[in-house]
Amino acid sequence: MSLKAVDARLLNAVLLTALLLMLALVVNVGAVDIDLGKALGDVWHGRTTVESLILFDIRLPRALLAALVGATLGLAGAALQGLLRNPLAEPGIIGVSNGAALGAVIVFYYGFAGYAWFVLPLAGLVGALLAVLFIFLLVGQSRSIITLILAGVAINAIGGALIALALNFAASPYAMQEILFWLLGSVANRSFREVQIALPFMLLGWGMMLYCGRFLNALTLGEDTAKSLGFDVVRLRLVLILGVAASVGAAVSVAGNIGFIGLVVPHLVRPFVAYEPRRLLFTSALVGAILLLLADVAVQSLSATTEMKLGVITSLVGAPFFLLLILKSRSTLQ
Amino acid sequence: MSLLSASGIDYSIERIPILSAIDFQIEPGELVGLIGPNGAGKSSLLRLLTGIEAPDRGNIELNGQPLADISPQQRARNLGYLVQGAQAYWPFSVEKVVGLGRIPYQKWWRQSNAEDQLKIEQALQLTETLAYRNRIVTTLSGGEQTLVMLARILATENQLILADEPVAALDPYHQLHVMEILRQHASGRRAAVVVLHDLSLAARFCDRLYLLSHGKLECCGAVTEVLTGDNIARVYGVDSQIESNAKGVSVTPLKRISDHHP
Repeated sequence: MSLKAVDARLLNAVLLTALLLMLALVVNVGAVDIDLGKALGDVWHGRTTVESLILFDIRLPRALLAALVGATLGLAGAALQGLLRNPLAEPGIIGVSNGAALGAVIVFYYGFAGYAWFVLPLAGLVGALLAVLFIFLLVGQSRSIITLILAGVAINAIGGALIALALNFAASPYAMQEILFWLLGSVANRSFREVQIALPFMLLGWGMMLYCGRFLNALTLGEDTAKSLGFDVVRLRLVLILGVAASVGAAVSVAGNIGFIGLVVPHLVRPFVAYEPRRLLFTSALVGAILLLLADVAVQSLSATTEMKLGVITSLVGAPFFLLLILKSRSTLQ
Repeated sequence: MSLLSASGIDYSIERIPILSAIDFQIEPGELVGLIGPNGAGKSSLLRLLTGIEAPDRGNIELNGQPLADISPQQRARNLGYLVQGAQAYWPFSVEKVVGLGRIPYQKWWRQSNAEDQLKIEQALQLTETLAYRNRIVTTLSGGEQTLVMLARILATENQLILADEPVAALDPYHQLHVMEILRQHASGRRAAVVVLHDLSLAARFCDRLYLLSHGKLECCGAVTEVLTGDNIARVYGVDSQIESNAKGVSVTPLKRISDHHP
């Protein structure tokens, strides 16, 4: 028995309220207890105090990044699953995650990361861009979606191989550890500068993906039917993939690889939006933001000495949860 | 003026010729059958006429206007295309599938309105699928699914429906039901083109037939002109028994012709 679909606006309003409430609550969580009222008051009066620094330089950017990255991954997962009409698609499938990761790893490998704060996220973005460029060079004017997926898989493999190469020849155990930790994914110790560099690409990507909503609905009946309903399949496919690349590239550039959000969230949301790919997009973004924010709270409250990386907990919880979802939904999804 | 006309159509896929020198037209009120053996190019011709593929050479005109000059949205409002073996990839409700037929009228930010709802209702009524409007389409039988897909097209209120083998793998009851709906649609300023393998069904329902073979037009015209023993033997490679009576023409394939090389 499937869950009854919920009214679209009500569902999104509830989720959005929950997200905003959580953002307000999670800034209370951290290694030290601070008086939020005092922090806000200090900022209001232009005083730089420990409280205001903790709130605005540590907790708020961290919470915002968690929400933005979660929203990006949820939305991109929903968009790609709709485009490929395959519930196993996730943002990494088009190779952009490993492209971004490789860009960042190269920066770590050559020790450029310390030059300026923007070197790391910029290298990630360049890596993501190159990955997409390669995919389009490989695919060319091909009409087949299979070619596209295979190109993505190949780019992913090349990225993975080069990352392994960098790890293999890392100058010191310290550099290796730095790379590995970064790859695990985290939003700890980020500032508003990371938010600033990632947000424009994320917004652009979100817009491009949301623009494709009705096209994804039409794709439910296959590409030929979508064409006959007036959609330029080749152009819209390009728009959607570039949207995924821009937003996920930005997300990986500032937060590393965070798995399973993009894969699991659309599955979780689908029954509540009557399996409609268009409605799935926005709701998946909200749920992705909420879940990653929760995961980041869990990471901070679980252990104080060695903090668990965000990507580790999403995989630890996400993988078994995904299995559970598949077992429960195999009757409705053939 | 013809509703849809094509002249001198050449079409190839990856340099393999699929269709050559095809002329086709359909007038308002007509139900036209496209027949021919497997691989004759029927589906390809239908895709060209729908405008989802473009021919290498030749002209296709919709109401006297080149098809290539018509905006995709306008084209989608005029031409409804039912793909062979149409099915939904996600477990949509029947009503939601039919609602997809309203897409050509919707801007990307607009939700469906009262008119959309009315057309969906009418389409469900016409195809007698009202009873399972809330069922998940993938759980329906093949016949019921075809009716739902047809309802999706009817909801668009196209001038011309182009259906690719809509009755393949259906029981006689549903075959007749689908053909009746297409027949009913093809009246007034509306028309329908249907690809068929069942020659008796083609003879019963269609006004005119186009017989394709190896990418060329063998012949076209009224049912009795096209469905002759000679034509069927030459194109399909079978001997057949053709009976005409008051209830129509029926074709029964009897035996393969041994020296026929398709």
